[in-house]
Amino acid sequence: MNELLAGLLEAGRLIVTFDADLIEISLRSLQVTLTAVAVASAIGLPLGCWLAVRRFRFRRFVIATMNALMGLPPVVVGLIVYLLLSRAGPFGVFGLLFTPTAMITAQVIILTPLIASIAHQAIRELWAQYHDLLISMNTTRWQRIATLLWDGRRALLTASLAGFGRGIGEVGAIMIVGGNIDNATRVLTTAISLETGKGNFSLALALGFVLIGLAVVVNLLIHTLSRTEVSGRW
Amino acid sequence: MVTSILPLSVKDAVVRRRGKTLLGPVTTTVSDTGLSIVMGPNGAGKTTLLRLLHGMERVSGGGSLKWQIPEEDARALQAFVFQAPIMMRRTALDNVAYPLMTHGVSKKEARVRAAEWLERVGLADSAQKQATVLSGGERQKLALARALIRKPEILFLDEPCANLDGRATREFETLLMQAFKDGTRVVMSTHDIGQARRLAEDVWFIHHGHILEQTPAEEFFASPTTSEARAFLKGDIVE
Ligand SMILES: Nc1ncnc2c1ncn2[C@@H]1O[C@H](COP(=O)(O)OP(=O)(O)O)[C@@H](O)[C@H]1O
Ligand SMILES: [Mg+2]
Repeated sequence: MNELLAGLLEAGRLIVTFDADLIEISLRSLQVTLTAVAVASAIGLPLGCWLAVRRFRFRRFVIATMNALMGLPPVVVGLIVYLLLSRAGPFGVFGLLFTPTAMITAQVIILTPLIASIAHQAIRELWAQYHDLLISMNTTRWQRIATLLWDGRRALLTASLAGFGRGIGEVGAIMIVGGNIDNATRVLTTAISLETGKGNFSLALALGFVLIGLAVVVNLLIHTLSRTEVSGRW
Repeated sequence: MVTSILPLSVKDAVVRRRGKTLLGPVTTTVSDTGLSIVMGPNGAGKTTLLRLLHGMERVSGGGSLKWQIPEEDARALQAFVFQAPIMMRRTALDNVAYPLMTHGVSKKEARVRAAEWLERVGLADSAQKQATVLSGGERQKLALARALIRKPEILFLDEPCANLDGRATREFETLLMQAFKDGTRVVMSTHDIGQARRLAEDVWFIHHGHILEQTPAEEFFASPTTSEARAFLKGDIVE
């Protein structure tokens, strides 16, 4: 109980004093995860939509694979990306290991199936609803996809936000491929892990509260922006 | 109004699904004017017949559907109102404007014309509401406006009033009659005998996937020729 309170106070102190380290690792957390979410959304949202609308032979197989990949253990992804990027690995020449780019890569792999899967689910429901109407109105395939993406944008936003939630709190993969290097690849989650290991519970907790606060703020911000934009709800 | 796509000739059309025959074989002609009411008990095949005519069901068994112009072009001159109106997640105005926007009309122009249609069906005040918050009666009127906005030559309606109360039904019928008077060919299904009496010029009585009678309304209601239709009109349960 004491430690929780101390953590809360410490979090407050770090924030009001604009602690330089805190700001740096928070921004890095945001940078890594927001970039990963953007890339994963750019792949996952159209993929999910496409899987909902198109019938093809291996569709079920692709969907099953995607759903299975959604449960990928981050440490395993981290390990694989590590091996691919390490000096001896196939992409070793790029020297990406222990850089934010490596962390983003690992997170893209973790987040894409999740975002695609949620998008697929949402668009499939919408398509079931719209199917007869859009067929009856003689729309082209591209018009149908555009209509589903537009009318389903709220649900797609939710898919991306779910990706953000998973990414910002993820530690296993980015620890392995990022290395938690001070001033280079340290982010909130890896810092928490480090401070906990050192027994600095109040600092670790403070970082934890900042992490939670950040996740809440980003969610609220995006929801608010989307609400003012569409000016209606359903 | 002289239509370009009618009459439609249907020859030996069969609709099957998973090996089960849902409808047909149907052989008939849809003349170029009139207001036809498709009647029959639940499960008779009314919905399937309308969807078949509208080109939404695959014709199996070597049958055919022949419009006066190529099928693809004929498609653009038809519209369908579903039993449960499908409301897009947009404003009422944009729902009505949608068919225009997907057929080459600019957004601005489409909205102007959609607003006129909303006015006509008495929904002008709801233009900026999300369509999904409208009541059942309002939704069906919206669906009608959306169906009519591209001036289809033929309009199919599948039990559009099945879920409406008396007042909403009356309003809907008034709007439908107006569209009919303006020259739209109407084919509508219902299992409400009162509604059929009010609207029908001719009646297609359908049972177990077959059209048993296709007769002028007066004749049908005065002296149906099949025992199934007689039983149905008497209000007996038709199996
Ligand atoms: N998707 C479907 N799959 C299998 N059978 C269906 C399907 N839709 C309708 N049917 C069957 O086809 C028959 C005709 O249905 P329908 O045209 O909906 O009748 P109605 O509209 O007159 O109530 C019914 O026996 C119904 O059970
Ligand atoms: Mg039906």
